[in-house]
This record gives sequence, C-alpha cells and structure tokens, in this order.
Amino acid sequence: MYHYLDDLESRSIYILREAYNRIDPLAMLWSIGKDSNVLLWMIRKAFYGRIPFDIVQLDTEMELDEVYSFRDQLAKDWDIPLKIQLCPPEEEMDKTLPPATRAATRKTEGLRNLLREQKYAGVIAGIRRDEQSTRAKERVFSPRTLDGDWNFKDQPAEFWDQYRTEVPEGCHVRIHPLLHWTEVDIWRYTQREEIPVVPLYFSRDGKRYRSLGEKNITFPIDSDAATIDDIIHELETTNTAERAGRAMDAETEDSFEKLRAKGYM
Amino acid sequence: MNTKPTQSESVLKYQQLRVVIVGHVDHGKSTLIGRLLYDTDSLPAGKAEEIEKVSARRGAESIEWSFVLDAFQAERDQAVTIDTTQIWFSTALRDYVIIDAPGHREFLKNMVSGAAAADAAILVVDAAEGVQEQTRRHAYLLHLLGLRQVAVVINKMDSQGYDAERFNEVAKDVVSYLQSIGMTPQHIVPLSARHGDMMAGRGDHMDWYQGKTLVEILDSFEVAAPPVARALRFAVQDVYRQDESRIIVGRVETGIIRKGDTVCFSPAGEKAKVTSIAVWPPQDDKVEARAGEAVGITLDQKIFVERGHIGSHEKNMPMLSNVLRANIFWLGHEPLAVGNSYKIRYATHEAMVTVQSIDRVIDTQDLAQDEDGAAVERNAVAEVTLRARHMLPIDPYIDNFRTGRVVLYDGYDIVGGGTVNMEGYADQRRMMKPVSDNIYAVTHLTSYPERVRRQGHHGGVFWFTGLSGAGKSTLGMLVEKQLFEKGYNTYVLDGDNVRHGLCADLGFSPEDRAENIRRVGEVAALQADAGLITITAFISPYQDDRDRARAAAPDRFHEIFVKADLRTCEKRDPKGLYKKARDGKIPEFTGIDSPYEPPQNPELVVDTEKNDIELCVRQIVSYIEQQVTEGVTKKAEAKDKDKALAV
Repeated sequence: MYHYLDDLESRSIYILREAYNRIDPLAMLWSIGKDSNVLLWMIRKAFYGRIPFDIVQLDTEMELDEVYSFRDQLAKDWDIPLKIQLCPPEEEMDKTLPPATRAATRKTEGLRNLLREQKYAGVIAGIRRDEQSTRAKERVFSPRTLDGDWNFKDQPAEFWDQYRTEVPEGCHVRIHPLLHWTEVDIWRYTQREEIPVVPLYFSRDGKRYRSLGEKNITFPIDSDAATIDDIIHELETTNTAERAGRAMDAETEDSFEKLRAKGYM
Repeated sequence: MNTKPTQSESVLKYQQLRVVIVGHVDHGKSTLIGRLLYDTDSLPAGKAEEIEKVSARRGAESIEWSFVLDAFQAERDQAVTIDTTQIWFSTALRDYVIIDAPGHREFLKNMVSGAAAADAAILVVDAAEGVQEQTRRHAYLLHLLGLRQVAVVINKMDSQGYDAERFNEVAKDVVSYLQSIGMTPQHIVPLSARHGDMMAGRGDHMDWYQGKTLVEILDSFEVAAPPVARALRFAVQDVYRQDESRIIVGRVETGIIRKGDTVCFSPAGEKAKVTSIAVWPPQDDKVEARAGEAVGITLDQKIFVERGHIGSHEKNMPMLSNVLRANIFWLGHEPLAVGNSYKIRYATHEAMVTVQSIDRVIDTQDLAQDEDGAAVERNAVAEVTLRARHMLPIDPYIDNFRTGRVVLYDGYDIVGGGTVNMEGYADQRRMMKPVSDNIYAVTHLTSYPERVRRQGHHGGVFWFTGLSGAGKSTLGMLVEKQLFEKGYNTYVLDGDNVRHGLCADLGFSPEDRAENIRRVGEVAALQADAGLITITAFISPYQDDRDRARAAAPDRFHEIFVKADLRTCEKRDPKGLYKKARDGKIPEFTGIDSPYEPPQNPELVVDTEKNDIELCVRQIVSYIEQQVTEGVTKKAEAKDKDKALAV
C-alpha cells in the first residue's frame, strides 16, 4: 500500500537527485535536529547508502551537550563526510540587534564565511513551509546572492517540478527538499524509518525541546511526551507554534523576516 | 483512548488536499484564509492575539485576517500579497494545504507557482466589484494549468446587504465567462469572509442560499489519485554507477514499471529488460514502482540511456517530433517573439527550441484571438509553434498531463509554461529507420555517371511546395512540357498519379499524409538516381517532411517555394477545396485549420501572386537547366569537339 509518507519521501528524493545532477559543488547544512536527520536519511536513500557531498554543521559551540554527542555518534555510524564550520563570536555581530536575533546572526555569518571559503554552488537546508510564515513563501530552489541575501520580492517562477537551478557566478542556490513536510510528518516518518534523534526531544521532568537551538536562546516546553507516539499525539492536539521556544522569532514583528532576508536558513 | 488507526484509515486521514485561492486583487483572498483558519481552530496559540495587536497598531478598524498569511513586512505595509504561501489546516474529514496566490497583476508568476501545485481551486469574486481583470485571467490560467475542481466564492456579501439578487447577478457573469473557456464550476457560494457567513457555519443572513458552506465544499473535493492507469513514462534523472552495477534513477511520471518489463528509452530508442527496481536499503520484494515514485532500475543490457530519456513500454511510446504546438502563458519580462530561442523542459528532458510561429494570441479579457501577433507580451496567453534541432520524445497533453506540459527558460529563469497540442502533426518515429533488418546493398553494374554521360544531363528532385491553389501542379506540367521539348528526360509526380497506386492505401490523417510525402520523396530520389528530372507537386506543409525528402536525395534535392498567400489561393480555389474546408467538409485543411510551414531556405522562390505564369515557368526552367547541366555541358561540348576533329 502506497502510504502518504512514501509520496512525501519520493518528492524529496526527486529534489535531492535534481540538485546533485544540476549543482556542483553541493553541500548540506546539518543542524542535527529532527528535520535535518530525516534529510540525511533520505540522502542515503537517494544515493544508495552513500553521502556524495559535504555535510556541514554551522557550529556556534553553544548547542546543548547532548547535541554534540549525538552528532559524533551518528557521524561515525553513518559515515558522514562532516565538515564543522565555526561561527564568528557574538561580539562581532551588529550591536543594534535585539539580543536573541543577534545571537542567531552568528549562524548567518558562519554560513557566509563557509560560502566564501568553499565556493559551494548550492546548499541544501531542511526548512519546512509550516514552521514559520516567511519560510512558507520559499521556493524549492531559491537563488541567493553571494552574501546570502534573499530577494523575496522577486522570486523565480517554479512549477510542475521545474526549478531554477542555475545562478550567476558567485551566487548560490538554497535547496529545500523538505518544504512540503509538516512537523508531524517528520515525526511519523522518523518513527517508521527508525531514524535516530537527539534524546532532548523526549520529556524529562515534564519538559521537552520541541525545536533545538542554541542554549542561550532556546527553551523547552511543558510536555509529558516521552516517546515518538506521545509526540505525534501531542502534535495532533496542540495548537502551540513549533518555534514558540525560539526567542529570535518573536522579538519584533519582523525580526525573523529580517534574519532570513540576510541569509538565515 | 490512543488506539492506532489501521493503515487504510491512516492513508485516508493523512491524505492532504491542496487547494489554491485565486481571484482579483483586494477581493479578499487572504482574509478568507485567515478567517477559515480561525473558524476551524487551526491558528497556533497566540496568533489570533498577535494579529489583533498588530491590526490595532496599524489602525485597522477590525481584525485584519489577511495578516495571518501576509507575513512579509512589505505585504503588511502595502496590504497586498506579494508571493504565494502555503498553510496547513484541517477539517474533521482531512488535512488541507491552502495555497494563497497573489491577485495583483505584477505577481502572476507567483500565482502560477502556487496554483500549479493544487488539486482544486477557489475563485474569489467581490460581490460589489463583480468579475474583474484578474478574475478572468486567473480563471483562464486555472484552465491552462489543468485544474478541473473549481468553486466560486462571491465574497463580501455583507457589503451588499446579503442580497440574493446581487449574488445571482455576479454568479451569472462568472459562470458565463467560465463556460466560454470550457470550465464548469462545481459550486458557487455567497459568503462574507470578514463575518464568517457560509465559511464553517452558515450564519443567519443568507437563508435563501441552499447550497454547501465553504468547508463543506472543500470536503467534497477529491485528491487526485496517482496516474497509474496511464501509459508508462519513466523520466530518467541520472545514471549512478554503484560497484559493478549501473542504476538508472528517475521518477515514474505515469503508469507502473515492473521487474521483467522491456523498456524502451526515447528518443534514442534502445530497449532492455528491467532486472530490478533498485531502492535503498535493498528490498528484494520490490517488484514494481508506481506513478509518483522516485526509484532506480537496473537493466539486462548496457544500452545507451542518459538524463532526459523517457522510458516507456514498447507498445505505448511517446511521439517523436522536432516540432510541437503549445498553448502557453508567458511570464517573461521580454516578449516571446518569432525567431527567438528558448530552452524547453518537461519531466527531465530539455532541449533548445526556436519559435517558428505565433499562431494565436488570446486576450483573456474578451477571448479575442489575434492571428497576426508578432510577439507575446508578459502575462499573455498564446498558441505557438516551436521547433527543435533534434527529435523530442513528446506526449500531447490530452494523452499525458505529466509529460505533455512544458516550461520555457530564457537564461536562468522560467519565463513560460503550457500544454502540448500535437493535432495535425505526425509521429516521426516510424519515419526514422527501416523496420526490416534484412536489407543488403546491391551494386548496380551501370553507374550514375554513365547514365548522365549518355543523356547529357543530371537527374534531380525539384520539390515544389506551397499552399493548395498556389500553382504547383499547373507550373509542374508546363515546366515538364518545356523541358521535354528541349530534350530532357523528366517526369512530374503529383497527387493524381501517386494517390491511385503507390499511396492508394493512405488516407488523410496526419500520419498518412506524412507517409504519403515520405513515399513520394523516396520514389523521387530513385527517379533522380535513374537520371530523371523529377518534379513533385505536393503541398507538403511540414519542413520535417521536406527535410526527410531532401535527406533521401541529399545532393540532388532542390526546394522550390511556389509562393502565394492564403487570401489569393482561397480566391483562386481551382478545385473548390477551400470552400469545402470553410464549410467544415474537409477537416485539417492546410492554411485553414492545419498549419503550413513555409520553407526556411528554399533554393528557389517563385511568386505566383505577383508574377504571371509564363514568367514563373521561365524562372523554373532556367533554374533547372542550370542545375542539371552543371559540369555536364562542358563535357558534352568537349565530346562534340572531339567528334568534329575526328571528322
């Protein structure tokens, strides 16, 4: 029986293979969260067990400890060609920004440095349309300037699974194979495919992380969900936003839009 | 209770319906969606309060539901939706993805990007303003995009005092436009998005309306099932080498591919048997892949397969053609113009095409058709003929909606899209190569130069092409007579002498017409090789057919364009055929409802419209004489001299 998850998976694998065929050099940004783990797993599926391009972590050295140990274990188990890109310190970021936004900007700067150094023509990111309203307006293949700027007022036409895969010299393409997935899809798929996740997603002492970010700007939510089944059940009934625990999204009306226009994932 | 649903239940429950909301700017699309989310309790906690606060800060009188979707600062500032967005929501029945498409004219490419992904569409019309420019344009595009499940919402009924008469008036206008483009809306609902009437609940202002509410309408739409029943089309994305094996990866666009099937890859045309459906982690019991699946296959033979090839079963292959007609919408900043080249893509196949002609530009407002348009402007729709340098494996849209729709790129960007219409064009696959393998070359004991020496002139194919009534046969017979009288060996092939014998088995379908021309081309080539000056007089409207005839007699082929415009030919109408065609008694008559492609580089053009018939005959005779005696005359003269000396 063809399940709806098979359909979501096939769409993503098709996008990954298009990206690999059209864009070189290519890399994937691995945040070590549930979404990018699903993405990594589907890359292994698309390329028959291999991971044929760089997997990059933009490291602020501020992730929770469990995230680092999970990363090292999975990198070993899945033979991940991992590249760790250190992000510049917070002191170098724009001081006029609100504090959480300013902290998040470190990743944007880390990504810019990465692109300058490695000259990737495309970077794959595991964002989803249902996460946040500016992400909902993204294209699957999204052209960016060298600095990562997103010209959201004039995005390319994209339909019938035909994409704009080429960009001028010096620019790059963001590829978003998970745009059509929702949070609960991710969990249902993680469960079915038995994909490992950082244990912080499961409830301990009545709290769990619904979205993982840096220590200083991410907070756990109240929850008793201790298994994936529990999490799926929780998501089917809650109407709290997934990124409610991410401080940078809500500092001002348009703080996240501004972050993204400057190249944040 | 936390029992797990059975699998079939879960498939139905999680099945998403994608619905796009379109309509004219300011007719309330974003408001409708915002309200729908609120009414069905689908807004995240705190979102309603946040919107309330923002609305108040921006001085709105009541809650601006559109702020739910109009996320960009620029959109809120201008109170206009710029780009398409998606949002998830659910009814008791199932989950929905709502696609909000901008209504502003400037953002048509974003509207298309959103609407092309939808299963169903809601066309929103303001009860006060009625049908407007973008209402029509969006409806037309929905039609071109192939959306068939459409409901019309007559919004802002509150501004009209919930008046039934006003509703009927606007509804009548919408339906009459939709019907004129061949669309039938499933439902038409009066509604107030701002106040919620006929959204989830019925409200108490419109008891006169007996139909479904918007939510009931959404629940009545169906999710399109994967097209497994259609002919197999496997679009090759890439070829991976894995250890010893070669995996052809791609997506099953339509149909089903099974282990053991013989699959033919177009356009190259090589075939092999599928030895496995390759997935990872390996799955030995994977014996088939259905429409929608991205998989890999391995084959029993190392045949030539590459990205862009279309795999099919032998029985039901795509057409091969290097020319196609498409009904397109144009999004480019620069107009589409005849002679311009673009990259065409469908599935994973891509090629460069040149615009051969713009057959019709359609005004989406009044549906007027302009047949003399030289360019297609941004946001316009048109019917165009495109020509590629090589054969394209192609399906008409009516046969295959996945591979029969194409996009056009100019540089990096997609600038247009549309559906393929191959009516009047033949499948060129069977013209490509001999069917029988048991053909052996036989060497003549008499050579062509010997034949030429004896008769004193070369053979050749002089291929007359032009509209019916242009004068091909008349000129052919007169030229034949003059050449014969001058001592040349010559013969005319025309419809009268081939249709009764050589081609008696052929009718007038596009395939049969192409086959008729193919046979004439081959016979003409043989006659030319035998030393005959062969004149052919056939409309032969397609460049491909003429090119094939040229290929049959490569060095001896001369294309002669017998030129007269349609109006002149129709006025002459020597056999009364145009009249019959206009009366609908002859279908697909060249020039009337079937295209004529004028030669791009003919060896000779004779204009029978401007010049009298004697002059045209003289022009052709002198051209033919020059061609068939070139290099021969001198030798013949030299021979005469030798003879003279001998005497």
